[in-house]
This record gives sequence, C-alpha cells and structure tokens, in this order.
Amino acid sequence: MTSATTGSARARARRAPWRAVGAGHAFVAGYVILLVAFGLVPVGYGIYFAFTNADNYFAGFSNFVQSAKDFRYVPALEHIGVYLVIWLIALVVLVTGLALVLHQLPVRRLGGLVRFFYYIPGALAGAASVLVWLFMLDPTVSPASSFLHLLGYGTFGQVIAPGHLAVLFAMIAFWTGAGGWIVVMYGALNNIPHDIMEAARIDGAGAWRIARYIQIPMLRKWIVYMVILAFATGAQLFVEPQLVSEASMGVAGRDYSPNQLAYDFAFQNNNVNYAAAISVELLVVSLVVAAIFVTRSRFFDAN
Amino acid sequence: MALGIRAARARSRLRTSTARVTSAVGAVALAVTVAACGHGGSSGSGSASGGGAKDGFTQATQTSGPLTVWVDSTRVPAAQAYAKAHPNVKLNIVTYDGDANGSGTLQTKVDLYDRTGNGWPDVVFSAENNEASWAQPAGFTAPLSKGLIPDSVLNNFSSGALAPCTVDGTVYCLRNDLAPTLLWYNAPLMKKWGYQVPTTWAQYEQIGQEVARQHPGYIVGAAGDTFTPEIFMWASQCQANDITGIRAVTVNVTSSNCTRMASLLDTLITDKSMSKLSAFSSAFDKQEKGKVLMVPAPVWFAGAVFNSPSGLNTPKGQIAAAPMPQWPGSATPATGDVGGGTWLMSAHSAHLTEAVNFIEWVTTDNAYQADLAPGLPAYAPAATAWLAGQQKSGYFANDIAPVVQQVSGQVWSGWGYGKFSQEAIWASTVTPGITAGKSIVSMLPAWQTAISNYATAAGYQVCH
Repeated sequence: MTSATTGSARARARRAPWRAVGAGHAFVAGYVILLVAFGLVPVGYGIYFAFTNADNYFAGFSNFVQSAKDFRYVPALEHIGVYLVIWLIALVVLVTGLALVLHQLPVRRLGGLVRFFYYIPGALAGAASVLVWLFMLDPTVSPASSFLHLLGYGTFGQVIAPGHLAVLFAMIAFWTGAGGWIVVMYGALNNIPHDIMEAARIDGAGAWRIARYIQIPMLRKWIVYMVILAFATGAQLFVEPQLVSEASMGVAGRDYSPNQLAYDFAFQNNNVNYAAAISVELLVVSLVVAAIFVTRSRFFDAN
Repeated sequence: MALGIRAARARSRLRTSTARVTSAVGAVALAVTVAACGHGGSSGSGSASGGGAKDGFTQATQTSGPLTVWVDSTRVPAAQAYAKAHPNVKLNIVTYDGDANGSGTLQTKVDLYDRTGNGWPDVVFSAENNEASWAQPAGFTAPLSKGLIPDSVLNNFSSGALAPCTVDGTVYCLRNDLAPTLLWYNAPLMKKWGYQVPTTWAQYEQIGQEVARQHPGYIVGAAGDTFTPEIFMWASQCQANDITGIRAVTVNVTSSNCTRMASLLDTLITDKSMSKLSAFSSAFDKQEKGKVLMVPAPVWFAGAVFNSPSGLNTPKGQIAAAPMPQWPGSATPATGDVGGGTWLMSAHSAHLTEAVNFIEWVTTDNAYQADLAPGLPAYAPAATAWLAGQQKSGYFANDIAPVVQQVSGQVWSGWGYGKFSQEAIWASTVTPGITAGKSIVSMLPAWQTAISNYATAAGYQVCH
C-alpha cells in the first residue's frame, strides 16, 4: 500500500517537469508551425528556384550572374544602400532620443498621451499609411502644402524628383515604423533599475550624463535588436516605392529597390528564377548583417 | 482608312532596307536567330494547330457555372448591361485596375494561375492594348479568328483596330475602343483671338509662341502625361517603338522625326504655353481650368478631361475637334494613338460558348458600345452610332464625327504594340527631367537607352 503510494507520488514527481516541458512545447509549436509554413518552406522553395532554370534543371549561379547583369540591378543596390543609411541612422538617433525624452516627461498622463500618438501611425496597415503620404506630398491637396511651397515645390512631380526619393521613403518608413520602437525603448528604459539611476543622480549626473553613460549603454541590446530587424525590413523596401510609382504613374519609384526588381522579374518578365536569386541575396545579406551585429554586440550574453 | 494597306507597304519598304538589318547591335547573345531587324517573317511560337484541337487551340473540358469577367471600374456598366440583356447567364463580375498605366496586374495574376493550374478569369477587359504580346505566347488568350468569332464580325472592326490583337495573322483579342489623337481646341476663344486652326506643326508652334506672349497663362497642349510620347512622338513618326517581329524592335529616337517634335515641345514648354503637368493631376484641374486653347490629345479626352466634373468641366459649345497638325513633306497624314482597351478571352475557359457570346456582345452591341461606352467604339457600325450620339448631346462646337473618322484611319503604323510599356519608360526617364527643367532634345539619348534596356529585359532583340 505504502509502496504503491510512494510509487505513484514518485511518478507524479517525475511527470511534473514533463508537463511543464509539454506546455512549453505546446506554446512554441504554434510559432514553429507558422515559421515552417510561412518562413522555412517559402525560403526553401525560393532557394530551389534560385538555383534552377525555367525547366527545373540545376542552373548553378547563373540566375545570380544574369540578374546582376540586368541594367536595373546596380542602380537598385545603390538606391537601397543610400536609403538604408539614411533610414537606420534616423531610426537609431531619433527613436532613442524620443524614447529618452518620453521617459523624462514629468507628467505621467502626458507621457501616456504622447506614447499613444507615437504609436498611432504604426497601427495603420503598411500600404494605408503610405497612401496617407501620397496626399501629404502632393502640394495641391496636402495639409502641409504651404510648407511644400515654402521649399519651392509647387507640384507632386517636383516633390518626388529622383534625388528626393531616398529621403522621402525614409520619412515614410520612419513615420509608419518608428512609433512601435519608441514604445519598446520606453519599456526598456523603465526596466533600468531605479537604484542605478538614483545613484547616478546622487553623484551629480544630469539628464544628459545619465542618458549618455547609463541609459544608452543599457539600451544597447534593444538598439541592436532594432537595427537587425530594421535592416531586414529596410532591405526589403517595396510598398513605399511601388505605391509612389503607381500614384505618379511610373514617374518615380519604378524598379527602385531590389525587391521591386525581383517582383518585375517574376511578374513582368515571367522569370521567377532571377526573382528568387535576388530574394536569396537579400536573405543572405540580412543574415550576415544580423550575425555581425549579434556577435559584435554580445547580444546573447546573459550579463 | 487604309491602315492595313499602309502597314503592308511600310513593311515591304522596310524589308528592303538592308542597312537596318545589319545593325544588330545591343542584343548580343540572344538565342533568337530570326533576322529580326527587318519587318515580318518571324514564325513565332506557333499557335496550337494539329491534334484534336478545336478552333485553333486545345480546349478545356466544358462545364456549366458562372462566367467570371474581370473589368476595370469604367467597364463595370458593360458587364452589367450584358447581364441585363442576358438574364439567364450567371456573371461573376470582378473589378480590378484594368492594367491601366502598364501596372501589369493581369499578367501577374495569370502567371500565378499558370503555376497553380486554375483560377483564370473567362473574359478580361484591359485598358492596355499590348496584352496580346505576352498573353499569346503565355497561352492565355484564345485565338478568336479560327472559328470562335465569325469573320463577318471581325471584318466590321475599324481598319487597323485589331492590329494590336493580331499575332502572326491570328486575332487574339477584340478591341474595345479606339484612341487616335486629334487636336481639341476651344472654338469661341480661337475665333475671338483671331487664330486659324493649325494644320501644320509649324503653325501650331507659332500660335503657341503668340499665345505665350499675348495671353500668358493659356496653354496649347500638355506634356506631363505618361502618354505624351504617344501623342507627340507617335504623330511625328518618331521611330521609338517599331516592333518588327514577335520579339524584335527597332529604336532610333535621335533621328530628325524625333528631334523636330522634341524641340517644338521644348520651345513651347520654355514659353509656358505647353503645360508640364499631367492632365489627370489635381494641379492641372486647378491651374488650367478655362485656360486650354488647344490640346493635341486622344479622342477620349473629350469625356475624360473636358466634359468631366472631376476634370476641367468645360461648358458645352466650346470644345471642337480638328485633325492632328502635320509636318510638311510626310507622304500620308499621321497621328498617334493612346490606348484603346481590349477584351481577352481565356483559352483555359470552361465556359467557352458563354465567353464568346459575352466578348462579341460587349464589343459590338449598340446597347453598350453606342449607348453607354465612354470611348470611340472599335467596331465600326457601333462607332457611327456612338458618334451620332455624341453629336446629339450638343456638347461640341463643331461636328466631330468626320474628324474622328478621319484620324481613326491615320494612326501611324510604324509604332507597334510591344510587351514593354513605352508609357512607363517615358514616365520614369523623360518626365522627371521635364519637371526639373531639362530639354527633351537633351534627353533623347537617355530615352533611347532606356527603351533599349527595357526592351532587352523583356526579351526583345533591339536594333538601332
């Protein structure tokens, strides 16, 4: 009797961690299924396309070589390079800055309100928020038309001149994407132990020195995390130039980014293999950049 | 009028010019070994002929069910009119962007359906007239002139109307409307200021310069649209889009036929009597309302820009039509063409009888084409009825019917219907320069390069 009881108790004790592990598996399973269905399988399919030709024969690197020889390839890389530099710098500097300012706001309710306003644009679906900008940038209908006129732009065509595009797309991307990051950074700032801040303040550090020597270093991992994700999304720039291109009837933004070029290869030149080659290149570049940032910043260090 | 005859003549003339044939630069390592720089001759990707194919193609198993029809928003009334006239036919009307401005939506979707093996619409309207150039090789469009549509119907389309639909002598789509360009002008204003309607481009340019001096703010044309090259360069017989074979194009935009029009545009743009704005921009409606003295433009401008509350909203009794001005020394009058949509029928359709019935009705029946259609019908009997209806509305200051019928036969056949979009190329290459104040003449070499690049990317052999 007693041995039976102890036996079942032991069994229960042995099962308990299993149940915990099982629950963990169940939680992760949802993500894994989606990751496989919408991440790994499409990536595998893309890699397959990138290394085969239209007749499904192995093609080596010829898709990569041939798509790189296309006249739109190098300009697209230049565009995306300039865009990424502008966007990432703006994102890091402004998001960190705004999060710090938000954190310093003395009135609690005001902080909540500002946080809400930062977040609103991010709540709009990607394409819809770009459409908002199409109105913003047309001096005839823009609420900011007097500002645009002040800068010397009287027509939509002048606003979307080829030289302005990188800055405009960065502005749109910042407006749609930065709000969410500001809220994330704000949360990270709240996690900085109060006693450290207190100690710094007692030592006579002002807001600037606290930000410079305590808050920003402690935000480092979050900033790295943001840069990795922002680089990946930025390298895949598509919606902004594509919508501007359609709105301007092709005057600006056509074949601007590598992703658009891939789209054109797939759907206008009926060449899925070149398109897949460009997509694989984007994936590799994003992975390499992520790896560099992760290793250089000791991202996974527990301390 | 005799567009087919002129096209044939042009073709034989070009075939003899061997200099052209030898200059096969650019398209270096193309596997296509057709002598592509001369006109005609290429056999292409042979349409289905032998086997058990009926009507010139292999047909899918026929089933019953609703007929899926894709239209742009402007053509929704066409599908609705068909539904009204045929209450027993079930229609599944899907609205899409109509491929306007070369968006490529239709091709994108068809590519995807080709991969999945189902989903194709039965009948599609496209606002572009070059769809057959990709849809025929892709096997999407059904041949119509091999049994599906009787010749008696096909022969009633205006001469040249089916040229963009014809690949290797077989018709693969039906033209919805024609869009030849002509000279729209404000009749009372021309009379008041004592101007004669110009018949040559020299007279046109002179009036443009005088208007700039004497009536600043008024315009004699607009050069900010994607179809600007089709209005001006096409009418000037500029060799920008000479499709000489199924995958061959000759491009030479630095010749005098192109520079003469480019410098005319430059002069008038500098004088500010030629607008740099798109006629479909809100800025144009605001600035140019009541300020348009003349504008070389397609037929559909009357409805889409002048007599449109969302456009210039010009009152009735002002707008009149004249044939396009001409350059001295050109043997036959030439004009351009801006679009004119097409109806395509899917070769994969499982409801061919209904699809044929629909496509024939919608392009030929007066209940839609004469009474409801916004543009000049491509089907000649419907065009006559449509023009009579336009005239009866009392909107125009002169009788536009003879003018429209005249220019319909004057569309220069040296500008073809290729797979790449000339509008998109001009828009991204030349339009930003015009906006920034560069001269069009100085941008012609860049235009040449861009056309060659896009044509090569689309699989064309490019000759200069």
